[in-house]
Amino acid sequence: MAKPNFIVVGGGLAGLMTTIKIAEAGYSVDLISLMPVRRSHSVCAQGGINGAVNIRGENDSPDIHFFDTVKGGDFLADQPLAKGMCYAAPGIIYLLDRMGVAFNRTPEGNLDFRRFGGTLYHRTAFAGATTGQQMLYALDEQVRRFEAAGLVRKFEHHDFLAPVLDERRTCRGIVALDLWEMKVVTFRGDAVVMATGGPGGIYRQSTNSVLNTGSAAAAAYMAGARYANPEFIQVHPTAIPGEDKLRLMSESARGEGGRVWVPRNKGDNRPPREIPEEDRWYFLEEKYPRFKNLVPRDIASREIYDVCVNKGLGVGGGLMVYLDLTHIPAETLDRKLGGILEIYEKFRGDDPRKEPMRIFPAVHYSMGGLWVGYDADDQGMPIVGSPANQATNIRGLYAAGEVDHQYHGANRLGANSLLSCIYGGMLAGPAVISYSTDLDELASELPSTLFEQEERRWTERFEQIGRMDGTENAYEIHYELGRWMVENVTIVRDNAKLRETENKILELRERWHRLNVLDTQMWANQAVAFANQLWNMLELARLITVAAEARNESRGAHYKPEFPERDDENWLKTTIAEYSPDGPKLSYEPVDTSLIRPVARKYD
Amino acid sequence: MADTDRKVHLKILRQDTPASRPYWDEFEVDYSAGMNVISCLMAIQRNPVNRKGERVRPVVWECNCLEEVCGACSMVINGTPRQACSCLVDKVTQPIELRPLSKFPVLRDLMVDRQAMFDAFKKVKAWVEIDGTHDLGPGPQMPQHEQEKLYPLTRCMVCGCCMEACPQYDSLRKPFIGPATLNQAHRFNVDRTGKMTKEERLRAVMEKGGIQDCGNAQNCVRVCPKEIPITDSIAELGRETTKLLLKDIFG
Repeated sequence: MAKPNFIVVGGGLAGLMTTIKIAEAGYSVDLISLMPVRRSHSVCAQGGINGAVNIRGENDSPDIHFFDTVKGGDFLADQPLAKGMCYAAPGIIYLLDRMGVAFNRTPEGNLDFRRFGGTLYHRTAFAGATTGQQMLYALDEQVRRFEAAGLVRKFEHHDFLAPVLDERRTCRGIVALDLWEMKVVTFRGDAVVMATGGPGGIYRQSTNSVLNTGSAAAAAYMAGARYANPEFIQVHPTAIPGEDKLRLMSESARGEGGRVWVPRNKGDNRPPREIPEEDRWYFLEEKYPRFKNLVPRDIASREIYDVCVNKGLGVGGGLMVYLDLTHIPAETLDRKLGGILEIYEKFRGDDPRKEPMRIFPAVHYSMGGLWVGYDADDQGMPIVGSPANQATNIRGLYAAGEVDHQYHGANRLGANSLLSCIYGGMLAGPAVISYSTDLDELASELPSTLFEQEERRWTERFEQIGRMDGTENAYEIHYELGRWMVENVTIVRDNAKLRETENKILELRERWHRLNVLDTQMWANQAVAFANQLWNMLELARLITVAAEARNESRGAHYKPEFPERDDENWLKTTIAEYSPDGPKLSYEPVDTSLIRPVARKYD
Repeated sequence: MADTDRKVHLKILRQDTPASRPYWDEFEVDYSAGMNVISCLMAIQRNPVNRKGERVRPVVWECNCLEEVCGACSMVINGTPRQACSCLVDKVTQPIELRPLSKFPVLRDLMVDRQAMFDAFKKVKAWVEIDGTHDLGPGPQMPQHEQEKLYPLTRCMVCGCCMEACPQYDSLRKPFIGPATLNQAHRFNVDRTGKMTKEERLRAVMEKGGIQDCGNAQNCVRVCPKEIPITDSIAELGRETTKLLLKDIFG
């Protein structure tokens, strides 16, 4: 009898973990990725991964981790999933250690843990300051082992275009574009897991990688998958200025004692080392004496914005502050933060061991994403192996990693993303296997008409794009879109400006129809692929903007001066968006707060 | 800030298809402070007009993280294999000459196919043979000084710079698995659990195209963007394979 075959789209941490879980159970996986999976954006994660191992005897526990996560997310996270994730965390860190991740150690030879934002405990395991890179490599290497054993087939230059849905709207595979041959191809699969990451590329300059366009998630949404909490976009308080990208300066810099400050006096242009202590304003330490520089990211970004924009105290008069490590011994810095200091030095030319770094906030992470469900027991713990876990509303279509929506609520805590990616993969793998046991027919047994039809439809779409000979340049439209999104849909949001932004997006959509394809050669044509992705990005940008306009309150990363307070009575609910050609249709669903009752979110 | 008076001059070796002839194309883009080679290529995408004023196809290249951790954007810049993202315009002479890596098949323009590297990693079993992903408790303890020795070896992003610089390596014509693969084999041989299957890896690097093909030119270590002590890894592998060979002979 034929065995089910699965498709995983995306080869970052979530996609690789899903793949490993499926292959380990003896099933085959087609792994679809834009680039060799070892180059996925997970490599950019720096600071570490959270797990309440309590190595320092601080009485830390998974329950406290769970509480910090839910409070950090301003009570919008799905609580059973956050709980399951926090309980699984120590085991996940041990697993990565067994796979060979070179985590830093304590004097006794145990894993070392450092502090991170939104908690008072040492809970973050780390491998220098390149933890994501280390973890991605460990999983990549395990997947290669299954590839050598014949269980995993990789398609590493393929762009996901859409799920293939049968007449009962069950997902039976995917359509993809081969980015070398420029041919539309279909893959049959008994379940599809989207692990396609975040949409940072919608913003002009973010900490995200170039491939993080959100295009695949948008394609799933346009095919009928519900998208949840799109308005919650995290702006990381500390990034390095750059022309092409805002490189991240990890929260671990503050976890290891880094201090954020600005000159007390407006227009104080002295070099930072010549500004004496009494003329420096350590505004986070002053305002938040308990959490100091380690308040959650949404709060730190807002405070930096307030100090720089409202009070005019930014370094050089702009949106910029100092992040100071110069009081920490260089040897400690090299051992614990080497990787990120290297990045700062290479791209800025200053040595952060000697000079305070100049940093500023940058778009970093999407808390929202494809809506997925779960199944929990009466203790509120997710049931591993339930087909409901990580399942979208489309039968057979699953999602895990940054592309899903449910772990972080309105704001993600630092070092919880690596964790949620791995945990999501650990749920998604077993979920698709149990889902497939109930299928009366496998995708491999279906007639080819369904797949041929999709292939034709998409081939026509690309032929059409290939003939576009207008005056507009897709990269230029992308550039404009990104500037508008950064300007209006980040730290501070205003309804009038959000409306203007939506209108701008509609104008850009009009202009999209007048594109010039730039490149007509049907081999490794990046311009054609990008034109299609750009349309998807415009859809997602519109969704983020419309959902932000609708939510008239302030919660986590979503802040409106017109509505400065959290409003639980009206807005303690998940935004659900459904695609329609006339614009997103929004509805709301209650959040499961059965395990932790919402309280005021205070860090001072 | 864009400074429209100042320009950056680029000279790019282009190739339309894997089989077609390469040709040079030159571009001028507006200079701005702190810009890198990637921002120049992005500027060409937004306005694909060459120095002669002709509309041309945008230049094709690979990139992703733009902070020198993903390994995608390797190319030969002014004669040296390196990452385009960390190549700041202010620090190199103009015209900036960009060529694709020459040891791998060119797909188009600056984009090459480095699959040979990933295949070689399979050959040397560059992974830890874990018993499974179920919860088996903590891994073995390790002193911090050992972590500090292991960590630099683990940072290979498969960018291919060492392979490009190596006079013995050529994925198109020669069987040599190359410096990156040898480092990867060594990295797992020193891993606390990985060393349990050390002999399998040593046997793999003793095969045709293995460690004996290294000519000890030491170019690899000089170009590695992550400063991995590749030659130390190769030397250590050499000692280990010799030991194994002697054991095979004398028992």
